[in-house]
Amino acid sequence: MAEPATDFTLDTAQVLAEEEHGASIVGRSPWYLAWRRLRRNYIAFIALFVFVVIAVACSLAPIYAHHIAHTAPNATHTEDIVNGKQVLSAPVIGTDAQGNVVVEKAGGVLGPTWWHAHGRFVLGADGLGRDVAVRLLYGGLNSLKIGIGSALICVMVAVLLALLAGFYGGWVDWIITRSFDLIWAFPVLLLAIALGSALSINGFHHFGISISPHSLWIPTLVISYVYVPYVGRPLRGQILSLREKEFIEAAIGQGASPLRIMFSDLLPNVASTALVFFTLIIANNILTEAGLSFLGAGVQPPNPSWGTVIQEGQERIISAPWLTLAPGIAIVLTVLSLNIFGDGLRDALDPRAKVRVEH
Amino acid sequence: MTAFIIRRFLGMIAVLFAVSILVFLIFIIVPGGDPASRIAGKHPTPQNVVNIKKKWGFDKPFYVQYYEMMRKVGTGLLPGNHSQYDVLRSFDDQTNVVHEIKKGMPATFSLTIGAGLIWLFWGVMVGVLSAITAGRWADRMITTVALVGISMPVFWLGIITRYFLAEKPSHPWFPDGGYVPLTASPWEWYKHLILPWFVLAVLFIGFYGRVLRSNILDTINEDYVRTARAKGLTPRRVLAKHVLRNSLIPVVTLFGLDFAAVLGGGAILTETVFELHGVGFYAAERVGALDLPPIMGVTLYGAFFIVLFSAIIDILYAFLDPRIRPA
Repeated sequence: MAEPATDFTLDTAQVLAEEEHGASIVGRSPWYLAWRRLRRNYIAFIALFVFVVIAVACSLAPIYAHHIAHTAPNATHTEDIVNGKQVLSAPVIGTDAQGNVVVEKAGGVLGPTWWHAHGRFVLGADGLGRDVAVRLLYGGLNSLKIGIGSALICVMVAVLLALLAGFYGGWVDWIITRSFDLIWAFPVLLLAIALGSALSINGFHHFGISISPHSLWIPTLVISYVYVPYVGRPLRGQILSLREKEFIEAAIGQGASPLRIMFSDLLPNVASTALVFFTLIIANNILTEAGLSFLGAGVQPPNPSWGTVIQEGQERIISAPWLTLAPGIAIVLTVLSLNIFGDGLRDALDPRAKVRVEH
Repeated sequence: MTAFIIRRFLGMIAVLFAVSILVFLIFIIVPGGDPASRIAGKHPTPQNVVNIKKKWGFDKPFYVQYYEMMRKVGTGLLPGNHSQYDVLRSFDDQTNVVHEIKKGMPATFSLTIGAGLIWLFWGVMVGVLSAITAGRWADRMITTVALVGISMPVFWLGIITRYFLAEKPSHPWFPDGGYVPLTASPWEWYKHLILPWFVLAVLFIGFYGRVLRSNILDTINEDYVRTARAKGLTPRRVLAKHVLRNSLIPVVTLFGLDFAAVLGGGAILTETVFELHGVGFYAAERVGALDLPPIMGVTLYGAFFIVLFSAIIDILYAFLDPRIRPA
C-alpha cells in the first residue's frame, strides 16, 4: 500500500491491509481471509447477535402466546380484567390544553403491565383488546419472513438475470437491461403500492399460479420484484468486466458449456457481492414491508406485521403511545443490526467494493 | 450534441410508453375478476353490472381499453371542461383523477423543494465532515447517527415527531399536520412544512452522507490528489477543488433521481403521516378503497418525473463532462 496521500485520510482497506501484514495469507482461500477480517469486527458480531436474538424471539411467538400470554395474535380480550383493570375501559371524557372537551372514542386501553400480570399484556393492549406483545412477536415473524424471503428471491433472480445478461450480451442483455430500466422508472414505493393493492383485490391467478389475496406471498413477491434492478444492475456490471478476463476465455477455449461458465466460473466471483447485497436488502425490505403494510398495501389485517401494528396504534398515539413506539423500536433495532452487520461483511469480503442498496 | 439530446428524449418517450403499458397490465389484467362487479357493490342486479361494463368500457378488448385510458389521461391534461366520458375517473367517487393530481401538486412540490434543499445540504455536510475526521470519534458519531437515520421507517419517525412536537398538549411547538398554501399565508405554510421537511430529509441525509464519505475516501487516494498535495496546496483547497468535485458526481445523480421520485409523489408515507394533501397522499388515500384509476394516474405521473429527470441528468452530464459525451 502506498502512503496516505493526505493527512486526513483513513481508508478502511488500507488499515485492514496493514493489520494483515504479519499474518500469513499463503494458501488461504478468500473466504477464510474474509472470515479472519470479520472475526476482528466485534461491532458486526454484536449486531449479528442482536438480529439473531430478535429472530429467535419472533420465531418463538406461538410458544409465548400459548404458554405465557395465554392468548392468540387475533384474540380480543375487551372484557377481561387484568391487574384489576378492564382491558378496554369505558369512554373517557376529559379536557385538553385549550379547554375543549375530548372524548376518547372507545375508552382507554390497558397500558403495559411489565410482567405484573404474570406475562399477560406485557406491553399493554391495543384498541381491539389484543395483546400487543403477542402481536408484536407474530408481526415480527411475518415481517422477517417477508424481509428474508423477498431478499432471497430478489437476489437470486437478480444474480440469474445478471449472469444471463453479462454472459450472453447482445439482445439478451438488451432485453434484461431495458426491463431493469422500466422498473427503475417508477418511484419504488408507488410501484410496490400499485402492485400490492392490485393484487390484494383478488390475489393472483395467472399462468397456473394461484395466490390468495391474504397470502404473505403477495408482499414478498411485490417487494422482491421492485428491487431486482437495484441489485441486478451492479451485478451485471461486475459480470460484464469479468467476462473479459482471461480465465473466462480459457474456459470457453476448453469447451466449457455456457451453464458451466456461468455457474462455476462467474458465479463464485460475484458470490461475495451477492451475499452483502442479501444482508443489506433484508434490512431495506423490512422497511419497505412496514411502509406498504402501514398504507394497507402489504400484509392484510387482521394478520399482524410491524407495519400494520404501527398503523393500528397510530390512531391512539395520544392515549397509548406504546402501541406505536414498541413496533417502531423493533423495526429500528432489526434494521440497524442488519445494516451494521452488512457493512461489516462488506468491509471483510471486499473493502474496496461499493455495494450499497440505493433507494 | 443536438442528436444526443433528441435521441435521449425519444428514448424517454419510449420508456414512458412502456411504463404506461406496464401500469395498464398491473391494473387491468393482474387483479383478475370483474371490475364491473366490484364497482357495482355488494348485491348488484345483472343488468346493473352490464351497464357498468358498457359505461366504463370493460367489455372492449384490452387494446381498446388501453387506448381509451391513454386518451382519457391526455384529455384530462388539456385545459377547459370535458364531458364525463372523456376523463379518467375514480371508480369510487367518480372524481376526475387528473384534476385531483393537479390539486395535490402544490403541497407535493412545497414538500419536495424544501426537503430537497435540506437533505442535499446536510447530506454533503455529513459526508464531508465524517470523511475529514475519518477514524476519529467525530466520524464514529456521525456515521452512527447516519446509520440510525437510514434504519428508521420514515412514517414511524413522522408519527413520533408529530406526537412529541405537535400533538402532545404540553408542548405544541408545531401545528399538527395539514398543508396551508403558500399564497394563503407564507408563515403558516412554513410552520406546517418544517416537520415534514426534516422527517423526509433524514433518510436521504444519512444515505448521501454515507455515499459521499466512501467516495471522498476513495478519491483521496488518487494520484492527482497526491500531486495537488505535493504542489503545496492546503488540505482545505485540495478537498474543495480536487476531491469534492469528483466525489460529488454520484451524489448529484442520486439527488436528481430522488428529487424526481419525491416530486412524483414518492413521499407517500411522509405526506400521509403529516396529512399534507399532496399527490402521494391522494394515492395512499385511494389504496384503502382499492380505487385503481387514481393509483394508476399517480404511478404514471411519478414515472414521468423520474424519466424526465434522468434524461435531464444525462444531458447535463454530457455538457459538464466531456468523457461521457457521445462521439
